[in-house]
Amino acid sequence: MARYPSRYSALSLLRKGATRSNWPRAWRHHELKSSYDVVIIGGGLHGLATAYYLARNHGITNVAVLEKAYIGGGGSGRNTAIVRSNYLTPEGSAFYDRSVQLYEGLTEDLNFNIMFEQRGHMTLAHNDASLRTMRWRAEVNKLGGIDSKVISPAEVKELAPAIDISDRPRYPIHGALWHPPGGIVRHDAVVWGYARGADARGAHIHQGTEVTGIDVAGDRVIGVQTSHGPVATPIVINCTAGWSTLIADMAGVQLPITTRPLQAAVTEPVQPFLDPVIVSGTLHVYVSQTARGELVFGASVDPYSSYSSRGSLGFTEGLAGHVLELMPGISKMRLLRQWAGLCDMTPDFGPIIGPTPVDGFYVDVGWGTYGFKAGPVAGEQVAAMVATGAIPELIASFGLERFEEGALTAEKGAAAVGH
Amino acid sequence: MLVIVCPHCGPRNSNEFSFLGERSSRPAVATTTPDEWRRYLYTKDNAAGSQLERWFHVSGCRRFLDVERDTVTNEIRSVRDVAEDAR
Ligand SMILES: Cc1cc2nc3c(=O)[nH]c(=O)nc-3n(C[C@H](O)[C@H](O)[C@H](O)COP(=O)(O)OP(=O)(O)OC[C@H]3O[C@@H](n4cnc5c(N)ncnc54)[C@H](O)[C@@H]3O)c2cc1C
Ligand SMILES: [Zn+2]
Repeated sequence: MARYPSRYSALSLLRKGATRSNWPRAWRHHELKSSYDVVIIGGGLHGLATAYYLARNHGITNVAVLEKAYIGGGGSGRNTAIVRSNYLTPEGSAFYDRSVQLYEGLTEDLNFNIMFEQRGHMTLAHNDASLRTMRWRAEVNKLGGIDSKVISPAEVKELAPAIDISDRPRYPIHGALWHPPGGIVRHDAVVWGYARGADARGAHIHQGTEVTGIDVAGDRVIGVQTSHGPVATPIVINCTAGWSTLIADMAGVQLPITTRPLQAAVTEPVQPFLDPVIVSGTLHVYVSQTARGELVFGASVDPYSSYSSRGSLGFTEGLAGHVLELMPGISKMRLLRQWAGLCDMTPDFGPIIGPTPVDGFYVDVGWGTYGFKAGPVAGEQVAAMVATGAIPELIASFGLERFEEGALTAEKGAAAVGH
Repeated sequence: MLVIVCPHCGPRNSNEFSFLGERSSRPAVATTTPDEWRRYLYTKDNAAGSQLERWFHVSGCRRFLDVERDTVTNEIRSVRDVAEDAR
């Protein structure tokens, strides 16, 4: 049998171009079976990457990814695609560093161009206190072998000439944390690449399939109810980010998560002038320029919890004011659109990955505003956890039980606006 | 932007208020267990639909308010002063 789908290569591009034949669909449609070895709820990056690594690393292929709408329609298709590993805690930075490594090899691994551009990630300091935290972060990062250092305003100007380092702004720039391996990726490509890879290895991706209930017998999961009928399974993995408490409720598991909208906006495209990703915690704003030339802006989460992904004028006003403090030169640029996605916020800005009090029901949630960069490593580690039944070292500090034990993570300083 | 009709100040933009989260009842400090206390601190209902929540009118009357809001549509159903509510 021919391999599905055929490999993408220069040769296949040439052949398709010459013969003008259609490309096969990147992933297939299957009928929903009445049972699977593993059911993954949520067809975002986390669900799809988990399906991919279950097959690729552990040979577990009787797997369904159930997505109520379309894949990548949640946070995975709405994020601003910042990838970096300069977190504050040793556990956090080791975890995200593994993800950066996976991203570096992902285009080749998935045979899908994910357009990972490591143009550097710069977090500006507008006061002494943030400069001190950055020195601390840089030292933690260096110990973990992560390229990260504090730089001066002059160096900021050299790397990003558009930034105003004068005394004019209300909060002048005192320095920055500079992280060369950070950058941006093409988020849709990552989602589609994992979907294609998981499908090619045997996983079933079911779009338009909503989970409406979880069947628990005693304290064990035995199946799920869906909009297309029941599915029996001994293992359910909750990868539904902003909706994760609704899914956990179905299994009778309570999570310390609240759902908050996060907004972003994009300008018309212009010629390339901004190389690194720029973040300002003080001004609650970050900006990068995509390969297409648009400026992508983001900020902190909306000030109240909600499941509504409507944008607000208040956001755009605040954003524009703050961005112009950083880069007064772009005042004539026009915004093209703005949007919002739902974020699953935890009290300590750390994810929740691991088993729950219900046997066979796992969570990979709490990704807040920073979970896109974690997709590859979370998928890899969750797959290993499910396949071996043991919790890998890299995710050991992210379990749900930490809220009972009081062993919270402390990533707020490095995760809040930087994403 | 949400508009919250404050019982004291009238309709105001929500950025005049600070959102304090869904309402929960604090266990009696003297008799609570660590388990119950942690549940109070961290576990949320995070309802998709009607939610009873607390806001503080920080740039207005500086009163605490109980607001009933639909978290899917953001429609606000009622706003009451906490103190009057307790009466
Ligand atoms: C504006 C914005 C900017 C961001 N910027 C960054 C960034 O720069 N860097 C970064 O690392 N992170 C960023 N994030 C966070 C990141 O997008 C998320 O953490 C990440 O995409 C979560 O992926 P996921 O696969 O867990 O969830 P999602 O992609 O949200 O997927 C969850 C899926 O579950 C489905 N679902 C829900 N309920 C059901 C049900 N009952 N049955 C079946 N399916 C269901 C949904 O339809 C959805 O497709 C940003 C987020 C937003 C909103
Ligand atoms: Zn008032």
